[in-house]
Parts: sequence; structure tokens; C-alpha cells
Amino acid sequence: MAVSGGAGGRLYGTMTTSSYLTAIALVAGALYSLVVAAKAYDVPMAIHAWMFTLAFVAGVLAIGNRHFNALKRLPGADDGQGYSDTVIKYGVIATLFWGVAGMLAGVYIASELAFPALNFDFAYISFGRLRPVHTSGVIFAMGGNALIATSFYVVQRTCRARLAGNIAPWFVFWGYNLFIVIAATGYLMGVTEAREYAEPEWYADIWLTIVWVTYLLVFVGTLMKRKEPHIYVANWFYLAFIVTIAMLHLGNNLTVPVSIFSSKSFSAFSGVQDALIQWWYGHNAVGFFLTAGFLGMMYYFVPKRAGRPVYSYRLSIIHFWALIFLYIWAGPHHLHYTALPDWAQTLGMTFSIMLWMPSWGGMINGLMTLSGAWDKLRTDPVIRMLVVSVAFYGMSTFEGPLMSIKAVNSLSHYTDWTIGHVHSGAMGWVGFVTFGAVYCLVPWLWKRERLYSIALVSWHFWISTMGIVLYITSMWVSGILQGLMWRAYDAQGFLEYSFVETVAAMHPFYVIRATGGLLYLTGTVIMVYNCWRTIKGDVRAGEPIIANAPANANGPIGALAQPAE
Amino acid sequence: MSTQKHKDEVSGVETTGHEWDGIKELNNPLPKWWIYTFYVCILWSIAYWVVFPAWPYFTSGGWKHTAGSFGYTQRGEVSAELEKVAEGRAVFLKQIDAMPIEDIAKNDSLMEVALAGGKATFADNCAPCHGSGAAGGNGFPNLNDDDWLWGGKLADIQTTVTHGIRWEADADTRQNMMPRFLDDQMLTREQINDAAEYVLSLSNKADDAEAAKRGAAVFEANCTSCHGADAKGNQELGAPNLTDAIWLYGGDKATIVTTVSHGRGGVMPAWGTRLSGSTIKELALYVHSLGGGK
Repeated sequence: MAVSGGAGGRLYGTMTTSSYLTAIALVAGALYSLVVAAKAYDVPMAIHAWMFTLAFVAGVLAIGNRHFNALKRLPGADDGQGYSDTVIKYGVIATLFWGVAGMLAGVYIASELAFPALNFDFAYISFGRLRPVHTSGVIFAMGGNALIATSFYVVQRTCRARLAGNIAPWFVFWGYNLFIVIAATGYLMGVTEAREYAEPEWYADIWLTIVWVTYLLVFVGTLMKRKEPHIYVANWFYLAFIVTIAMLHLGNNLTVPVSIFSSKSFSAFSGVQDALIQWWYGHNAVGFFLTAGFLGMMYYFVPKRAGRPVYSYRLSIIHFWALIFLYIWAGPHHLHYTALPDWAQTLGMTFSIMLWMPSWGGMINGLMTLSGAWDKLRTDPVIRMLVVSVAFYGMSTFEGPLMSIKAVNSLSHYTDWTIGHVHSGAMGWVGFVTFGAVYCLVPWLWKRERLYSIALVSWHFWISTMGIVLYITSMWVSGILQGLMWRAYDAQGFLEYSFVETVAAMHPFYVIRATGGLLYLTGTVIMVYNCWRTIKGDVRAGEPIIANAPANANGPIGALAQPAE
Repeated sequence: MSTQKHKDEVSGVETTGHEWDGIKELNNPLPKWWIYTFYVCILWSIAYWVVFPAWPYFTSGGWKHTAGSFGYTQRGEVSAELEKVAEGRAVFLKQIDAMPIEDIAKNDSLMEVALAGGKATFADNCAPCHGSGAAGGNGFPNLNDDDWLWGGKLADIQTTVTHGIRWEADADTRQNMMPRFLDDQMLTREQINDAAEYVLSLSNKADDAEAAKRGAAVFEANCTSCHGADAKGNQELGAPNLTDAIWLYGGDKATIVTTVSHGRGGVMPAWGTRLSGSTIKELALYVHSLGGGK
């Protein structure tokens, strides 16, 4: 979409060709959705079609509103010349909102596992429906918004260029969040493709494809406008994340809808082929969404916050290419000892082993960037959070290859160990690096001297860390116990335990896990409070001041220091 | 390329000369231990590909894959393991298969195997309805007591497990039906009420002696053919004993009225098509050993 500056006498923010075309597309979309709403075969489809209709109408109104606001623009408002940061502010707030919502769902389903009566025999809050709300809520809603927001921030700063597109970045933000709302409400109504981490049905998938391609265009468009000679490593990772997720999303959502008026679709694949496609997707969602994307975040915020150069340029190149080449093969390790042919299992396992060092390359570069600034761990809890996130990244990328070894997998597969592994990655790595980035971004974006309270960051850090430790240790014990009970034989060669006995044995660990999750959520709520007060402009009295804003973060593009050319 | 390389003062390492938003990069080499560990992982993987089935390739005969140096397959591994277990059990299983169930019960070493096998089979197949401790539940009989619907001798239990109860797919299934006395207009509500009072009086729980007396006549005319004149039931027909204060669906008056009005017809699957003959023997011996076997 074309960028309109002040050039040509046109006022920034007023209607351009691209905004007219977008508005027309939205009107068409609204009419189409209205027809689907009227003729829908099932209630969820009707509800979703209505939601799309309303969202499209709201989009048209927003475009119009933007035009008229631009006509009476106040001094100091966005004139299209500096960085576009308002959309990033929305992204940060959405990150916080979905973080709390997703974790709340997580604590609730963890409690349901410990105390099944908590589902109250009410289908909408049963474990099966709430679980994808939790997983999509934290991964795609919180994590996705964090990735979009930070990538928009980082790509502008490291390219010294304003985001490409006029209303395209806004379309990405609102479109993505619409996708999340459609997905989550669908889960509650029982609309699902039943593919883990790819549960949304066909129409939500199509919508996400449109949004994601726009995201790619905005990102690449910004890279192409860059005023720096080289592309910074963080942007390689963000770009790998965006491109690969597009490919995975298309591959794993090849389904045939029952009808355009039905919410149900059926996969183009069947049997073990279907399972293999699903885990090719599933594992690379981990690899490219939860790893590559967040490594992009790490590569900007760790050196920025520490005020130190990245440890090794060479390492960043080697581990980047090794990581993206090897990750894409590792999916079959999710299907050990199934109908998947032996050779595919072998490749999945060996590529996971080879992936160990490329993953650790990111950890080394993150941790070693701190050399010369280790003292900041004592004084700055935001750095502590970022560093611990990298440590958790290292731990879970060691645990992953370990669990992919068939002999280990025969014990760990289908047990809570897997759940613990995922959460050391999700809570420790993804969560903490996101929180660290948010703590950096909030004062920078809202142009505050510092955070409302550094002490509260410390509280957040310690409470959440305790939560993670409780979570993953209880799941290790529970998972290994579960695995051992399943394979225990008595002297005559009969199974020692029935399945229900192994379920009963998990109860205490499920209680500990729910407690850990509650602590983690508590930390997140503290962060939300801290950010809210920071945005309000409050500063908590009596706290030591830690310099917060980097020198170049907030100035207009033209005022930036010239790069070292 | 930039020419402004300079040394980082803290580490003494040269930078690459690039800078983005204040972020620079040091020109550190790859850590030795990192790159060597990476090589080791790659070499190990290559070795693994040689030993195990790994790479697919296309020939004129269709897709093939490298088979590995000793022809390993997962299916082969499982079959070998199962064979080993079967071999270890073969001696006992042959005897259990061949012997009548009553004789197995007298053989201590066979019983050790049978009870262990029965326990495992029970836990995975029967516990969902009868409970992991076999204490039953509403509509599912308690198997720990000596109150049997279809008989508590070893052979009775074996038959029940093999053919099930009211299991349509099995021609030899245990079959009976508690009639729907109200639904089929065989009795009036008042008569059912009286009959229920009478049934309660058999275990000294009746509240209304008058009604119980009237109910005796109703019972005499409608129920004795199955439950017997003394109401002690008939295991030939699967008719429960109504005098022992043990109830399958509950012994309060409302439940008894419901049972008489609408009938009952709980179902137990026939396991003969799912479990082997020797496994069913083990199961019957296990259930028999729980405390109530006759």
C-alpha cells in the first residue's frame, strides 16, 4: 500500500488510492459476510459471519474517521514523517491483555485437571474447549502481538525507516486480533479442526492468510526502504519467522469446507500423512514462531538494554542458517513409535540432535553479550529477566533434542514431561523475553523517563520464576512417574497399573502445577499494573533511578545519529 | 562495507564496524567447543543413518529407503518383544487353557499367574464400570460381596464374562427382563406403591404396614415367578434377592417404585470376542477371589 507523506500537497492520513481500495474491499467483505450470516448452516458460522460483518463495517468507519481527523490535525500528531509507533502501542497493550487472558485460561484448565468437578458439566468451559483458548491465547495472541509489535519497532529503528504502508500496519494489527477473537470464540463453541496449535477452522485460516501476507509486505517494504547498508540480525530472524509461518500455515490448513456456509472442513490428508503434516507444522510453529521470532526480539532488546555489542557476528550468521535449515526436518520426532515409517522417525530424531548447537548459538550470543555488563544483573531486574529467559531457552533447547532420542521418547512421550518441557520454553523463554521487551518498550513508546517501579519488576521476576520452577519440576516428576507406571510389569509380565491408577497418582502434581501457574499469572498482573502506572506517567517514590531510555530510541528519523559508514 | 572498525574497550575485541540504532557487533570467532560439539552431533547422525533405516530414494520400482546395517524395524522389535513375553508365559497359558477352571483354582502356582493376569485384565477392562476396587456403583454390581445375580461359582462367572448380560450380539448372552409394570399398564400406581412397601418390609424398612399387607398380594400375583415366593430371587433367571438389603439401583422407596414402574435392563458386554479363553478364566478366578466367590 502506498505511503503518503506530505508530498504532493496531500495531507498525511487523508484518503489515498490504497485507503479507498481497502475501504471497498472491506465493504465487499461485509456484504459477503452478511450473506453467509443469513444462509449459515450452523449457529457458530452465523455468529462468526456476523462478527466479520461488524468488524469490516468498523474498519470502513475507522478509515473514514482517520481521514476527517487528519483534516483537523493537532500540532504534534503523527504527520507521517517519524516512526509509526502508535500501532506498536496498541500491540503492547494487546500483548498484556491477551497474556492475562491466556494465562487465566491456563490456570483454570490446570485446576480442572487437578479437580475435574471445576468444569461444572458445562460444555463451554470443559477442558477440551478451554485448552486451545489457553494455548492459542498465550502463543498466538500474547506471543503473536508481542512479535508483531516488537518487529514493527525493531525494523524501524534498525533500518532508520518508517513502517511501509499507510494503513497496512493497522490492518495487520486489527486483522490479526480479529483472527484471534474468531479462533477463541470458535473453540468455546466447539468449532475446531482438532489440529494442535492449528485449531481454527478454514474461514479463520483464510482471513489469517490475508493478514499475514500484508504483514510480510509491511515488513519487507520497510526493509527495502532502509537507510542502513546492512540488515540487522534481529530482522533476519523476524523475516524467517514471518515467511516460514506463512508456509506452515498454508501447508497444514489444506482443508475442504463442507460448504462456504458451514464452519466445518475436512483435511486434504488422511492417516499418518495427516499426522506428519500436522507435526511438520506443529514443531516448526515452535521453531519459527516461538524460537526464530523471539530470537529476533532477543537480538535487539538484550544488547540494547545491556548497552553492549552483540557477542559474535559470525556466530549469529552460522547459527541462523543452521537453525532454519535443520529445524524444518525435526517434526517427525513428535511421532516416534507410531505408524510413521522408521526412516522418517530416524530423520526427525537425528535432525533434532543436530539442532542442539544451532539453538545454543542464540543462547551463547545472548548471554555473552552481557560480558562486561554482568553487574547489571544485580541492579536491573529487566536485564535479569532477559538473561534468565535466554537461560531457559538454553535449557529447553537441550531438553528438546534429549526428548527426541527414541529411547528417551519411549518414556517421555504422551506424559506430562512434554507439558513441562513446553512450559519451560513458553514461560521461561518466550514469556520472560516478552516481558523484558515490554518493560523496555513501555517507557520508550510513551516517552516516560523510566518505569513506574523497578521494585515491582523484581517482584514480578521472582514470583514468576518461582511459578516456573514449581510448574516444570512438578511436571518432570509427574511425567517420569507416569511413564514408569505405564511401563511397569509385575513378575508374571502383566501390567502393574491400570490407566486410572496412573491418573490418580498425578493429582498432587497437578495441584502443584496449578499453583505454579497461578504464581506466574500473578507476576503478569503485577507487570500490567506497573505498565499502566508507567503509561499514566506515575513514578513510584523512593526508588533508585535506572537509566531507561536509550539515546536514539525516540527521536524522529532525521534526527538520528548517522550510522558508522 | 564499513571501514570504521574499532576495538570494544571493555573486551578488547574488534567490532565488525556495523551499527544499528546504537547496537554494534563484536567480531568474536565461533566458540571452539560449540563448533566441535556441532560437528560431533552431525557425525553421530550420519553414523545413525548408516545403522538404522534413514533416507528415502526413488527407483524404477517406486520409493525405497536405506534399510540400515542390520535390518532394524520397529515392528520387528515389537513382535520380538511380544514373542518373548508369550514364550515366557506359554507353559502356564497352555495349562490354563487346557484345565477346567475349578482345577486351576486348586493349583497354587497357576493361581499366582491367573490372579496377576486377572487383576491386570480387570483394571483395564472392567474397572470403568465396576470400579478399580470392584465395589461397583449405581447399576453396576459390587463384585466383592457374595450377592450374585447370575451365580457366584467359577463356571457361572466365566459364563457371564464370556457372553455378557443382555448383549445382543451374543446369542448365548444372559437374558431376562424386569417388566415395565406401569408403562405396560400391568399394574396401577397404587398397586406399585403397595408392592414397593411390601418389598421394603422384607428388609424391615416399610413405613406403612397396611400398604405392605396389600402389596403382598400384588407381589404374590406378579413377582414370584421370577423372584420366588420367598423373594430370595433366582440365579438361574438372574432375578435378584429382594430380602438382603443389597440393591443394584438403590433401596429407597422412590427408586423401587421407579424400578417396578419402568423396568431395568442393564447391559454387560460379552468379552468372549475380545479376550482369549485363558484370559477370561484368569478374570473369573480373580473376581471369584475378591471375597464373594461360591
